[in-house]
Amino acid sequence: MGRLIDLCKRKLGDTVLSAHEQHGDETVVIRKDALLTVLRWLRDDDAMKFDFMMDLTAVDYLGTRARSERFEVVYHLFSLKNNHRLRVKTLVADDDPVTESVVTVWVAANWFEREVWDMYGIIFKGHPNMKRILLYEEFEGHPLRKDYNIRKRQPLIGPEN
Amino acid sequence: MGVTREERNIEAALGDSVILTQVDKVIGWGRKYSFFLYPFITACCGMEFMSVAGPRYDLDRFGAALPRFSPRQADLLFVVGTISHKQAPILNKVYNQMAEPKWVFAFGACVCSGGMYNNYSTVQGIDTILPVDVYVPGCPPRPEMVFDGLLKLQELVANERSSKWPRGKSQYEPRVKR
Repeated sequence: MGRLIDLCKRKLGDTVLSAHEQHGDETVVIRKDALLTVLRWLRDDDAMKFDFMMDLTAVDYLGTRARSERFEVVYHLFSLKNNHRLRVKTLVADDDPVTESVVTVWVAANWFEREVWDMYGIIFKGHPNMKRILLYEEFEGHPLRKDYNIRKRQPLIGPEN
Repeated sequence: MGVTREERNIEAALGDSVILTQVDKVIGWGRKYSFFLYPFITACCGMEFMSVAGPRYDLDRFGAALPRFSPRQADLLFVVGTISHKQAPILNKVYNQMAEPKWVFAFGACVCSGGMYNNYSTVQGIDTILPVDVYVPGCPPRPEMVFDGLLKLQELVANERSSKWPRGKSQYEPRVKR
């Protein structure tokens, strides 16, 4: 196992649900309720110093996983100081698609979280401006969910379309 | 030009000093060689449009060279590139701002039918929101296809009756006001 995974496991214990490494890229899956504390620690700890949140996105595992673990929110972190990367994942349930906003940790998360809300319908609690970013407000549904009907047409355009 | 026997006789009687025709034909002839186009360019087809409009292929040979930067001065709307649902009300507004007579040129597969974007965000052909006169598919269309489309449009304009105008607003009323 990679160095960062070892550090995480030693510090966080049970909070790390699973971890894996592939081609030198390390990933940790952490418990949702500890998300903010873990990410703050990753940002501030001298051995970690993840000062740059490069990407925040989500994955819909509908049909391949239990409904309680349907969504995965993924954070791609990079440390400019230590020149290392870590991917942090957290699981979000289908019936309660809510997770903590990390805007207070990295300001850059603001628009990413709005995009994830737009496309997957995951609500980020504590976000300063939780509304759609790419689509228009009247859009019905969240198009990157696996159960979004690809033939569905939206109300902005007439019935023929 | 569909000159009848009587007209020919009159023409013969008047000699070379007079040409008889119909007002619609003269107007159509004038219009077809002087399109003022408004390029509504949203996507990659725009590169192909530049090639068509540029000196190598030269749209000016057909009298349609001068792009206007206000729809109010244009009579030919060139819709070039994918139109998304968010873009549709804007395109609609541009169309409705143009003075009549006006024509719409659908440039490229996305504009004609949505092209390969059969998804949540793309208008499946602008003819769902505007009346379209010429469809030129292709991804992007070759300049020769665009010329062919333009010549077809010239033919259409030349044979138009003035009673066709005004055509009024587009058939599309955005359900969502903004």
